[in-house]
Amino acid sequence: MIEIKGLTKKYGSFYALKDLNLTIEEGTVFGFVGANGAGKSTTFSILATLLQPTSGEAWINGISISQSPHEVRKQIGYMPDFFGVYDQLKTEEYLDFYGASYGLDAQQRAVLIPKLLELVNLSNKRNDYVDLLSRGMKQRLCLARALIHDPKVLILDEPASGLDPRARVEMREILRELKAMGKTILISSHILPELAEMCDTLGVIDSGELIAHGSVQSIQEKLQSEKVISVKMTGSFAEAIVFFENDPLVSQITEIQEKGILQFLYKGTEDEQLALLRKAMASGLPILAFSEEETDLEDVFMEITKGADAL
Amino acid sequence: MKELLANPVMVKEIKLRFRNMKSFTGLFFYLLIMGIFVFGFINLTSSISGSGFFRPEESFLLFSMLSYIQLGLILFITPGLTAGTISSEREKQTLNILLTTAQSSFQIIFGKLLSSIAFLLLLLVSGLPIYSMVFLYGGVSPSQIAAIFLFYFLTLLVIGALGVLYSTLLRRTIVSMIATYSTMIFLTAVTGFFLILSVSLSAAAMGTGVAPLSYFWASINPAVVLLTLLEPGFSAEIAQLTGIPLPLWVSYTIFCTLIFAGSIWLSVSKLRVNMNKYR
Repeated sequence: MIEIKGLTKKYGSFYALKDLNLTIEEGTVFGFVGANGAGKSTTFSILATLLQPTSGEAWINGISISQSPHEVRKQIGYMPDFFGVYDQLKTEEYLDFYGASYGLDAQQRAVLIPKLLELVNLSNKRNDYVDLLSRGMKQRLCLARALIHDPKVLILDEPASGLDPRARVEMREILRELKAMGKTILISSHILPELAEMCDTLGVIDSGELIAHGSVQSIQEKLQSEKVISVKMTGSFAEAIVFFENDPLVSQITEIQEKGILQFLYKGTEDEQLALLRKAMASGLPILAFSEEETDLEDVFMEITKGADAL
Repeated sequence: MKELLANPVMVKEIKLRFRNMKSFTGLFFYLLIMGIFVFGFINLTSSISGSGFFRPEESFLLFSMLSYIQLGLILFITPGLTAGTISSEREKQTLNILLTTAQSSFQIIFGKLLSSIAFLLLLLVSGLPIYSMVFLYGGVSPSQIAAIFLFYFLTLLVIGALGVLYSTLLRRTIVSMIATYSTMIFLTAVTGFFLILSVSLSAAAMGTGVAPLSYFWASINPAVVLLTLLEPGFSAEIAQLTGIPLPLWVSYTIFCTLIFAGSIWLSVSKLRVNMNKYR
């Protein structure tokens, strides 16, 4: 479990992170979304004990990052957004070095390394030089490296950035496996849909502030005060337009004549939406279908980050 | 001790160093220079004297020159090996990952220093057979060689620790190299110049009393300290000149120990630059 309380990082008068409060339950996957420079990497660097916060505190499995950073390091597997590899070191030796760095003895390393290479689909590359691997392979190797000491918590900063679609899918598969293994995973991305399907909870950060936190659905609901409703009808729209205009929760009614659809923005709750439909049916409007339009997560993300900018 | 020798950073660095042709070429040229010098000197002296002999005095001269050449090589090679240890990790973006492992700052710094020193020790040890050529002709005692080797070890430990310190403090390897070489030049050339200056000034003042400044410059200059090790008579001369009877090698050892300990302490505390409060 990860607990973050009032975490703040200031550079002069600039807030890279402002009063972040967050709790991430054990065994869940938390997605951190935000534009570049929003404060995701700052948060992760603080949690990885690489950066000292200006104020605030965080606990990883109950261990304070400021009081016992050395103990925290044993609990976490950290993968930075940008990282390099050593030249002239083979894949197996690369993992061996980090295994030794976590105090694993030679026997333990010899057992673990083939398993990890298999997990990240690099078994056939075990004798290849690390610096000659492709970007996607390096990312996967770095993930294997972060797993070598069997950490309970994984902090992955943009693990899919710069990868081609195929490598992204592979990375997602591995993360799914890790989730099944019961790891608590913190993962960041500047692309919301990339995270939405694999995360239990999401946090949206903008200009150093957490502007939304919760399940994907709740975030969508919270951030989107208005939803788009489509009503498919037969016959004339005139009567229906008058009917919907009388509802104070409806706005911006538009007709899509060729498809026989009437579309409007609705800001009521689900119960109110149900009541509206019942009333419409009772008043005898020729309604064929009444549905909520699927909104693009990307649009939501763009909308909310734009909103926060304007504040 | 076992933990120190099983240092993962050191093991990895040594592995990488010897996977690299550069190290073998370096070793080859080091021995080549030493070899050419020894055989050239022996050939030249015996042919100039026309006797075909190589006298013990000449053997001692060869030993002295060889000792200075080796000191020069240590002074020039050590900064090159140590001044990029931490900054190159930073430049290659491997440092952050290393800092999140369970290794302490001390382990990382010490591993880096030990691996560089291990290579330098290999250079010294591999040069021993050439160095020992002088034994064939006499004039030099084994204890003198041992003392000089200890002196080399101390010197490379200090320059190495300074290189690691600069590499920790300065972000770029090239700047760290310049800083380390500058310090090395200060310790050899600049202190030498100050020594000559302070000696001539005190001579001009006809002073016969204590000259601590001259003693200080002499005691931190490796070339001068080496001279006192080669020629014990020179040690007495320095004592007479400065009025301080403490042998230079004692002060040099104290100076080196202080600089070494200070550099390591500072490197360890500054390695996690963004984590001032904790290690």
